Amino acid sequence: MTNRFRTASGGRIDRAAPLSFRFDGQTFSGFKGDTLASALIANGVHLVGRSFKYHRPRGFLSAGSDEPNALVNVARDAARAAPNLRATQVELYEGLKAQSQNRWPSLSFDAGAVNDLAAPFLPAGFYYKTFMWPAGAWKRFYEPKIRAMAGLGVAPDLPDPDRYTQNHAHCDVLVVGAGPAGLAAALAAAESGAKVILCDEQAELGGSLLSETTATIEGKPAADWLAATLATLTARDNVTLMPRTTAFGYFPHNHIALAERVTEHLAAPGPDLPRERLWEVRAKEVVIAAGALERPLVFPDNDRPGVLLADSARTYANRYGTKVGERAVIFTACDAGYRAALDLKAAGVSIAAIADLRAEVSGELPSRALAAGIDVRPSTVLVGTKGRLRVASAQLAKVTKGAVGPAETIACDSVLMSGGFTPSVHLFSQSRGKLVWDGAAGAYLPGTSVERERSAGACRGVNGLQRVLEDGYAQGEAAALAARTYTSPARGATPAPAAPSRSIPASAEDLGTDGFIGATPHGRNPAFTKAFVDWQNDVTAKDLKLATREGMRSIEHVKRYTTTGMATDQGKTSNMNALGIVSEALDTPVPKIGLTTFRPPFTPTTFGLFAGAARGDVFDPVRKTAIHDWAAEHGAAFEDVGNWKRAHYFPRAGEDMHAAVARECKAVRASVGMFDASTLGKIEVVGPDAAEFMNRMYTNAWAKLEPGRLRYGVMLREDGFVMDDGVVGRMAADRFHVTTTTGGAPRVLAHMEDYLQTEWPDLDVWLTSTTEQWSVIAVQGPKAREVIAPLIEGIDLSKEAFPHMSVREGTILGVPTRLFSVSFTGELGFEINVPSAYGRAVWEAVYAAGERFGITPYGTETMHVLRAEKGYIIVGQETDGTATPDDVNLGWAVGKAKKDFVGKRSLLRESMSAPDRRQLVGLKTTDPKIVLEEGAQIVADPAAPVPVPMLGFVTSSYHSAVLGRSIALAMVKGGRARIGTKLMVPMPTHAIEVEVVEPVFYDPKGERLNG
Amino acid sequence: MQKFSGFELFRRALGGHKSWQPQWRNPEPKAEYDVVIVGAGGHGLAAAYYLAKEHGITNVAVIERGWLGGGNTGRNTTIVRSNYLFDESAALYEHAVKLWEGLSQDINYNVMYSARGVLMLAHNHHDEISFKRHVHANRLNGVDNEWLTAEQVKEFCPPLNIKSMRYPIIGGALQRRGGTARHDAVAWGFARAADSRGVDIIQNCEVTGIRRGPSGAVEGVETSRGFIRAKKVGVSAAGHTSVVMAMAGLRMPLESFPLQALVSEPVKPAFPTVVMSNTIHAYISQSDKGEMVIGAGTDAYTSYSQRGALHITAHTLDAICELVPQFRRLRMLRNWGGIVDVTPDRSPIIAKTPVPGLYVNCGWGTGGFKATPGSGHVFAHTIAKDAPHAINAPFTLERFRDGFLIDEAAAAAVAH
Repeated sequence: MTNRFRTASGGRIDRAAPLSFRFDGQTFSGFKGDTLASALIANGVHLVGRSFKYHRPRGFLSAGSDEPNALVNVARDAARAAPNLRATQVELYEGLKAQSQNRWPSLSFDAGAVNDLAAPFLPAGFYYKTFMWPAGAWKRFYEPKIRAMAGLGVAPDLPDPDRYTQNHAHCDVLVVGAGPAGLAAALAAAESGAKVILCDEQAELGGSLLSETTATIEGKPAADWLAATLATLTARDNVTLMPRTTAFGYFPHNHIALAERVTEHLAAPGPDLPRERLWEVRAKEVVIAAGALERPLVFPDNDRPGVLLADSARTYANRYGTKVGERAVIFTACDAGYRAALDLKAAGVSIAAIADLRAEVSGELPSRALAAGIDVRPSTVLVGTKGRLRVASAQLAKVTKGAVGPAETIACDSVLMSGGFTPSVHLFSQSRGKLVWDGAAGAYLPGTSVERERSAGACRGVNGLQRVLEDGYAQGEAAALAARTYTSPARGATPAPAAPSRSIPASAEDLGTDGFIGATPHGRNPAFTKAFVDWQNDVTAKDLKLATREGMRSIEHVKRYTTTGMATDQGKTSNMNALGIVSEALDTPVPKIGLTTFRPPFTPTTFGLFAGAARGDVFDPVRKTAIHDWAAEHGAAFEDVGNWKRAHYFPRAGEDMHAAVARECKAVRASVGMFDASTLGKIEVVGPDAAEFMNRMYTNAWAKLEPGRLRYGVMLREDGFVMDDGVVGRMAADRFHVTTTTGGAPRVLAHMEDYLQTEWPDLDVWLTSTTEQWSVIAVQGPKAREVIAPLIEGIDLSKEAFPHMSVREGTILGVPTRLFSVSFTGELGFEINVPSAYGRAVWEAVYAAGERFGITPYGTETMHVLRAEKGYIIVGQETDGTATPDDVNLGWAVGKAKKDFVGKRSLLRESMSAPDRRQLVGLKTTDPKIVLEEGAQIVADPAAPVPVPMLGFVTSSYHSAVLGRSIALAMVKGGRARIGTKLMVPMPTHAIEVEVVEPVFYDPKGERLNG
Repeated sequence: MQKFSGFELFRRALGGHKSWQPQWRNPEPKAEYDVVIVGAGGHGLAAAYYLAKEHGITNVAVIERGWLGGGNTGRNTTIVRSNYLFDESAALYEHAVKLWEGLSQDINYNVMYSARGVLMLAHNHHDEISFKRHVHANRLNGVDNEWLTAEQVKEFCPPLNIKSMRYPIIGGALQRRGGTARHDAVAWGFARAADSRGVDIIQNCEVTGIRRGPSGAVEGVETSRGFIRAKKVGVSAAGHTSVVMAMAGLRMPLESFPLQALVSEPVKPAFPTVVMSNTIHAYISQSDKGEMVIGAGTDAYTSYSQRGALHITAHTLDAICELVPQFRRLRMLRNWGGIVDVTPDRSPIIAKTPVPGLYVNCGWGTGGFKATPGSGHVFAHTIAKDAPHAINAPFTLERFRDGFLIDEAAAAAVAH
């Protein structure tokens, strides 16, 4: 197909660079610099989509990010498919492939269009009133049908292979929007020496200047001024220009999020480039120069392909060298319609008529239109359009004293409408600034600021090119000054309106402030007309009126009931007209109706941008100990514990987990095993008040713990429930080596810091995480002392000199060590702490030294079994945030004489001594071969009617190779009093009999601890 | 009340839908009511409805600072489930689910309750034990919940990535009767049903004080539209409950946090159920309209600002993209925040208070929507009888003094 609708010359496209692309399987051509929209229009294609509800044929409404209709799927390949992209924002590249959406079997013949015929029965909110009978049919029948009809594009079904990166940036002044106001603001701020970032969502910087053909600035054509200004800004090293970058979110404290599209416009993106970049900008000052969006007019059948916003049609002509049609009818409520008419006429489009809603038509632009011989009709409205897949005619009617006269049909292939401009206050509102209704401007404008920002140009109601430029310059200068004198965030202040500080003479047509909000009169039976307010969601003026009739008085209710403004354009073209219609229906002025909240993002923003690099192994850090590689080399299976990888068990050839664990357990009990305990959290608590701090944080008493001794510590939350535990060594009077659970380490440190910094700032204590500084090698078993003795220097390992629960400092193989005599297996045991850099070497030396005893490396599963045989709890397994120390038989660890500790007061509450509290017990199945399911519940009578009273649950359950039977730990109501009784563990199909026993299954007297 | 049905829709369509009346009136407040409910969210409106329907108390006003359903009712991710661990919670939420199942018919408003299933993912051994504990407890409490292996998870929800990820999915707990409902319809449906029974719903009316008599008992509420007398006042004000209760001199054990949610642009059906992963912090479902509805945990800091921080959203989407990597190219359409009131044990308070005539329903944290009908039902009972229903009897204010906590979050490490 040829570019039949190209202008003879002009525009910013590169006519020397033709591009080939496909839309719905058909090949077209366009030029470099085109958007998919402008290229399709150049080829005479306007039918590009189907609406959400009625599946009405739809064409382009706008030329920018406010486009509600022209949503397409662009796919580079099967995995790189993106639905719902606006054709008006998709930059053309060679080979681009786009598909229309929400139609079947084809765009021109869509079976879903039957909805349009049924439209009388599908008013706003119809689904709330029906589909309720028979009960249950909603889920089985109606909902699947509705779901299949709803939705727009098709989600990709392959993982996105592209990369997204995330960056931070700081600047003095961030300018959002590179139209005339933004450019002038950036220029002014840059000249003041400020560090400036200027971003704009479009491929080219320049905003409205890109569509100017006749305006001049400082004596130059606007395009030349733009080029010169960009050259000036580019040359400055204090300015960063960011095209294709949307400021989509304004977060507290001038934290603004930008989405930069890096490769989306390239035919062959290099593999080294990310698809998009997230920029998190912290700006001292922000200048919002977001411009204004043209409003459509709400009249019957205003949605046919070929009905566009007038200024967008002008942009297609002036910027893209593309004619939206051959013969246009214009419907306007302001001078923008005339400006478009004149520019399109100049581009070779015949203007059939201009219907002007206004009675008084005067001023420069209308005069020029008249002079050009255009048929200008004041007090005239469009009361309808005709045409199946493209507008073919428009019906014009005169309005006399509010009455709509007979309609005259005028043939045309395009209708251009303009209801005036709505300032883009999205970011300002996101910043929590207060919007105020300006009656003269007929718009909501920025009022009181909350953040350090200021608006410039059209987005704050300034119009006329020269005034916009001068306002931009003044705001930019003021922002730079404010950034220089930055003290503290100003709240609730309105920036003083900066007076123009520099004259930037410019000539351009002045559009004035005329406009219209609401639905234009048409005199037709509303039951048979559809005047669209929200194109994408198919919300019509009568839907809004129905909502008000049904009692929806708040604009939020109207929005939610009709879905107006909830489409992917988030109401950019619809919200103000909806307000106008509701205002009229409720006979309440617009500012009294209220305004829906502007929420981020400004335009839809890719999930991948937020996720960035976080996927797979970098989704969360993979933490490995110094001994990890040795374990991997020795065949360990690993498990995730928090973000650590821990050796789970060390299978030998032919062994499954159970066989490996049985062997490992027996080896530890019979001789000696070694275990990598490095992942345990470690915190060095140091300072003159360290003991006092420990006293307050833990239930135990620490004051009398002598240096060189260990103590098992229990930490509670404020509510008195066990939060964490761990062995603590007192290294010196003012120094504790605290260990925590693996998963609890960050939580415990934060908990300690929280108290230290907020409750007890008077305590002289420092907390340092040392988890990763120490490797911890547990050597456990009757032969443990013999294994390590030859390696240790400077520590007397004899039972008398180094009793159980002691710590000594010395060296192992010349490496400094903190040696703990401690056991989590019930056997004689040591934990060798060495600096992580030596972890593997010391581990290997211990392994070599243990070979003659058959030393067996074991993993977390064996560790779990061995400790369960001894009835040692694991916080998070036996405890669940509802267990007190006494519940888990740790009452002895609570310092009764202590004045206070975190959780002490809670322990005194009535519930804490209730007789039916769950208590830690052991369970033995009557059939020793049955291993209970962890998490299974315990009852007295499994045959009791539902709800079956539950007594407790199984917390840990294993087969014990050493004992030759299954064992389990459980929390059971009044459990200690039930020892010796039988209870049942009900499963879905049967119940298992268990005996309640003491929770210590092995060496109950603890004789093996001392070797 | 005009009946809603397919037939009525058809009939009135022939008249151009001109004959539909307001779904609720817009009354001026009367000088006195039997009961004033503060807060026209789902819970408050449901309470008013059940006061009228079950207890014959129709001289009721629901007063609302803004527009009805405008708080957390209209801001949540609409998940409904009842597979809670403890007996008290299971009874409460199961009561709600049973009401959900017949709610559209009961209030003659299609709330689109869709039992699409709620699938909670296990990524590690701890998750597995925790979920199995839930499954066993739920079975014994008559609440449906089942353990699925990783393969069964994949079969039930094919779009999920279960293997090639940092924390592979090892199984999941599925409640098939769980699902979603249309949040606005719940507020509107209860409003319409309550209004039709005589309840006055008074919007744009802010409570500025709670007046107490010489005995200490409640006498009514001061509002921006004047004093409204009532011997019984039920507060159901979600994130602002502590502010309202302070007007009666009560300091509540509540903290208010922003909770964010977001939706994608609508796409054709691509996600069949509700999936929650507490371990990597995210949940997702697809709305009838086609939007992916996504949420996670609260922001870290207390606030009354109905927005949250970017990094919370980013982390949520990290997790979503890990679970469903083909959704990385979908786009966020809208991101918003609500204010949730959180108790120390993350379970609600539905109770009498030390102030005679003052009742409170609060502390739902991130999980209030699912309980809406059940909560309203037992709150109405509590107000009408001046005594709790058996189901909400454990959810007292005093439990924070006495320690009889119902700590689902601690017990399960599962977000509501």
